[in-house]
Amino acid sequence: MATPNTPLWEVFIRSRNGLAHKHVGSLHANDATMALQAARDIYTRRGEGLSIWVVPSTAITASDPAEKGMMFEPAETKIYRHPTFYEVPEEVGHM
Amino acid sequence: MYTQALNTAETDDRGLEEAGRAAQFQARIDAEERIEPNDWMPAAYRKTLTRQISQHAHSEIVGMLPEGNWITRAPTLRRKAALLAKVQDECGHGLYLYAAAETLGTSREELVDAMLAGKAKYSSIFNYPTLTWADIGTIGWLVDGAAIMNQIPLCRCSYGPYARAMIRVCKEESFHQRQGYEIMLTLCRGSDEQKAMAQDALNRWWWPVLMMFGPPDATSQHSDTSTKWKIKRFSNDELRQKFVDATVPQAQYLGLAIPDPGMTQDAEGHWRYSEIDWTEFKQVLAGNGPCNRDRLAARRRSHDEGAWVREAAASYAAKRAQRQTAQAAE
Repeated sequence: MATPNTPLWEVFIRSRNGLAHKHVGSLHANDATMALQAARDIYTRRGEGLSIWVVPSTAITASDPAEKGMMFEPAETKIYRHPTFYEVPEEVGHM
Repeated sequence: MYTQALNTAETDDRGLEEAGRAAQFQARIDAEERIEPNDWMPAAYRKTLTRQISQHAHSEIVGMLPEGNWITRAPTLRRKAALLAKVQDECGHGLYLYAAAETLGTSREELVDAMLAGKAKYSSIFNYPTLTWADIGTIGWLVDGAAIMNQIPLCRCSYGPYARAMIRVCKEESFHQRQGYEIMLTLCRGSDEQKAMAQDALNRWWWPVLMMFGPPDATSQHSDTSTKWKIKRFSNDELRQKFVDATVPQAQYLGLAIPDPGMTQDAEGHWRYSEIDWTEFKQVLAGNGPCNRDRLAARRRSHDEGAWVREAAASYAAKRAQRQTAQAAE
């Protein structure tokens, strides 16, 4: 008999140095409690984190990489959003 | 007649379109771009990677068996804790790899079922038995050493999820090799019997470990396209030579003899090994190694014995979900 599929979860971990939660991988579990326990065992065997988030993979809405051109076009033309766009005379020093 | 004519035209168009995409894909690979799960990829690339990553995952899981054999008999509590941690790591590595393989569109359950049915392969090295404690040292030192040699270039593999999984695996694998070498060092500094045990283990594992790098370049069937797609960065023989060159001085330090009387060092410093017995490799691959049946039987038994846990977890989750829906409706 084929083994029935178990739901997929995405795992995010906040590392020790207090950065934001970062995606580390995915795992299978039937519910949130088991997903958290499995995430601890699979992704934090060497003190990799202080906090774990697990999110059902189906709950994630993703942009389409094939349409990244259109998606990110609004930002690409706005070079004046970067500090290097503005000229400050050298005599003024670091700003 | 018309439909046939139309069909032909359409296939031609599709063929052209496909060729264009394949060229674009190859250009991305050549530019060292990483391919991600939702990107277009040739069907053969998907198939090759699904096969390779899932075989790699199965190897990690089956690889827990020969070492698990010694957890209860480790000579000290320190050795036992270290071996337990190592076997847990192998399980973790299997899971990272299944997750990477799944991004190509085949579920973990299907991949595992293929292995249990005997349709998918795993590394032949795990079809050899672990007869003494020195085998645990030798596995860590040589089997994990060879695995690291194979896996480091995979950290730069063109497929993003596989490369990322390999980075994690390689970081953790280094402890495995060192703990193995430490076991060997302790045995070699011990009594004559202990040193003889270490030598015996090396004698039995040496040739199977060299076979882990796969068939010689002249006969390897997957190499050409894998190299073109940057799944593979070095040939089997190149990696094997690198491994031998790194290992010979380590054996010398232990005072152990490599079981290859014909081995010589060439002018460039490379250790040239004798001809490998590929008939043995083919026999083990065909299912006739010392432990093939035992390993598969152990995996099947474990899968069957865990069926009630999977069922209980699924029905508990279903019950909770149903209750939540009922409460929300009130």
